[in-house]
Formats: sequence, structure tokens, C-alpha cells
Amino acid sequence: MQDEPTATELVKAVADFLRNDIAPLIAGGHSAFKLRVAINALDLVTREMTLAGDSDAAENARLAQLMGVQGTLPDLNKALAADIASGEISLSSPGVADHLWQTTMEKLAVDQPNYASYQEELRRDTVKASS
Amino acid sequence: MQQALSHCVRTWCDGATGVIDAKRLSGGASQETWSFDIAHPDGERGAILRRAPQGYGAAPGRAAGLNAEADLMRLAFDAGVPSPRVLYVLREADDLGTGFIMDRVAGETIPRKILRDQEFAAARPLLARQVGRVLAGIHDLPMAALPALRSMTAAKEIAEMTRDYRAMNWPRPVFDLALRWLGDHDPGPSAEVTLVHGDFRHGNLIIGADGIRAVLDWELAHLGDPMEDLGWICVNSWRFGGIDKPVGGFGTREDMFAGYEAATTRRVDPDRVMFWEVMGTLRWGLMCCGMMQRFRQGPDHSMERAMIGRRSSETEIDLLRLLAPR
Repeated sequence: MQDEPTATELVKAVADFLRNDIAPLIAGGHSAFKLRVAINALDLVTREMTLAGDSDAAENARLAQLMGVQGTLPDLNKALAADIASGEISLSSPGVADHLWQTTMEKLAVDQPNYASYQEELRRDTVKASS
Repeated sequence: MQQALSHCVRTWCDGATGVIDAKRLSGGASQETWSFDIAHPDGERGAILRRAPQGYGAAPGRAAGLNAEADLMRLAFDAGVPSPRVLYVLREADDLGTGFIMDRVAGETIPRKILRDQEFAAARPLLARQVGRVLAGIHDLPMAALPALRSMTAAKEIAEMTRDYRAMNWPRPVFDLALRWLGDHDPGPSAEVTLVHGDFRHGNLIIGADGIRAVLDWELAHLGDPMEDLGWICVNSWRFGGIDKPVGGFGTREDMFAGYEAATTRRVDPDRVMFWEVMGTLRWGLMCCGMMQRFRQGPDHSMERAMIGRRSSETEIDLLRLLAPR
């Protein structure tokens, strides 16, 4: 077992340093653009380290249920992809649409949580949960 | 660069004394864009050079080639499609590679400014109709006058995307779903084949307070289904947050269709347009994955490219919104 602080805390601290202390020193131009991309990348890594453990476990459980076998995430995803490609599994198969939606929402929560389509679908989820 | 350009410009622009302020704008390893001013006793003239440097002449699979791009821009300009005037096509003696020089058109290409800034507030409600009209103009360019271009059909496009996706060897069930849907819904070859711009979207349109001033970047021009261009500009990735306005984040499909049909005798086929929107969404998703691959395989080991790979999931949610709306 590794010691504290956690990798997540360290990456977040570096991102915050670049955002709060370095970004104001760099006025525009290509370097400022690259710095923004770098901060975005670190933020993405922080989100992934925070969220992906739970979402991967949930995805794995859903896939095992759908495919009727146990396996690793890449193997189960390959099997699902192949079955969709061959037509064996389609959107009308029970649980498939829900699984794809849930998995995609979990990807967006890490990759691009500000993406407008994701925000709109998230609001839909919130409305549904509160009604 | 300034010296080579000065020498070149003096050979064809009467009275020009040289060029000033040459600076590189953007582009990858295979294509460069340079901005400069032609110095002339009658006044300076803003110009743009689009070129592939020596050694990069060979066009990759999908590219029309710079000489074909110049031909297309000239045809478009002559037909009244908003387009920069092409001033000169490079020759071997210029020692500048292949490419062409065109007028620099003033205006904006950055989507967020076009969609949010006050300067474009009056133009925004007009843009969707203009898009329709401009696309009609492009599709009506006489086939006999066109340079040699590749021919594309939906079936060919699906086959190419399937091959590219499989080669990545990374499972994305939503992409399989989209490929399957496209195969099942392929409307067949278009009854009418026309010139297709192939990349008509934000970034390739110069827009001013009065609307569309120029169409740029004909690199992906080909022959095919005219409805492809109408579908591509509706891909959500080009709405930049304005997701309720399918045409570029600024307008409705209905306005675009009306602008199109007012400018040509050809009718819009909304089902085909929607089919191409799904195709385009998947294509952009695969292009994002391709960026990630180039990052991993080098030589462009940049974090920008790597991060674009993490935008492919944006197209997955958009594909689900199209194919399995909740």
C-alpha cells in the first residue's frame, strides 16, 4: 500500500498550482493555450481517478449480466461490440440501451463534463430522479 | 519565406515590390497557411498562401490536392459562391512547394465568437438560410468543369469507417451500434451526384457582420450525394454549445432547407440529411480516435492531440441521442 497523500490529491494540487499561480503569468499566445490544455488534462486525470473505480465496477457488473459471462472490462466490451456488429444484440435487446446510456454518461463525467449534450442528459436524469 | 514569396509575387503581380509581414497561421506538417501583404505602389493587398512544402506533395488518401482546391475555389468564385479570389497557383520555379495564393478575406472563423459576440448578432439569424444558399451554389457547379475528384457513396464511406474503426482494435459498442444503423439505413446511391464540399462547417467559413463572406478548405471535396454537406454542418460537434440550433449552433434545419431550395431546382431530402448527420457524427468520433493514435505512434506526441482522443465520447453521447433518444 502506498502512503498519503494519494495520487489524486497530488495531481489535483499540481493542477491547482498551474491554474492559480502560473496561468496568470502567461499572457495569451500558444503557450497559454497549451497550458490550458495541460490543466484540462490534469483535471481529467483527477476525475478519472476519483470516479472510474466505481463506474468501472458497475459497468463490469452490467456487462456480465448482459453477456451472461464473467470477464475483464476490455473482453466484455469486445464481446458486446462484436454482438452488436453481427446483429446478435440490438437496441431492442433488454437492458442494452440502458447500459450504453449509463456507460456513455460515465465516460462523459470523466472526459468532458461541460459538454452541452451531457449537461442536458444530466438534467434529464435529475428531473427523473426527483419526480 | 518572405524572400521566396517576394520573388514569386513580383513575377505575376504587376508593380508589386515584394511582400511584408509574412507569418504562418496554422496547419499541420503536410499543409501550411501563411498570411502576408503584397507591397504595391497603389497600396498593400492582404493575401494568403496555402501550400504543402516540398517533400509533402503527395496527398493523403482523402485529400483533393492543392491544385484541385485552387480550381474549385476559382469555379466557386466565378459562380458567385462566397470565396476568396485565387490570385496565383504556385509553379515549380517558385520553389515554394505546391499550393496557391488568394486574397485575404476579413472576418471571423472562431465559432465561439461567431455564436456569442455582439458583432455577429444581426448576422446569426440569417446564417442558416445563407448556408443553404451557398451549398446550393456549390452543388450546382457544372460537373464538366470540375477537376478530377474521388467519388464517394454512403456504402463506401461506411466501409472505410468500419475498416478504420476495426484497425484501432479498441471496443466502442456505441460505434458498432452506429455502423450497424448506418448499414441498415443506407438510402443507396444518390439519384443525383454533385460536387460535395466535404468539410462545410465552423472554422472553414469566414463570417462577418453581414454573414458568410468566404468558404475555405476544399481539401475534402469529392463527388457524391449533395445531402452530405447539409448533414455534416448539423453534426452536434459543430454547434459549439448551441445544441438546440442544429445548423452550426446558429439556425434551424428548416431555414437551411428553405435557403437551399430557393437557390436551386434541386429538392432537399431531409431523411438523407439526417442519415449523413449520423454518418458525420461517427466520422468525427473516429477522427478524434485517429488523433489519439497519431499521438501514440508519433511523430506528433502532443498533449493536444492526446486530449482530442478524449473527445470521442462526445460523439458517443450524440450518437445515442440520435439513435436511442431517452
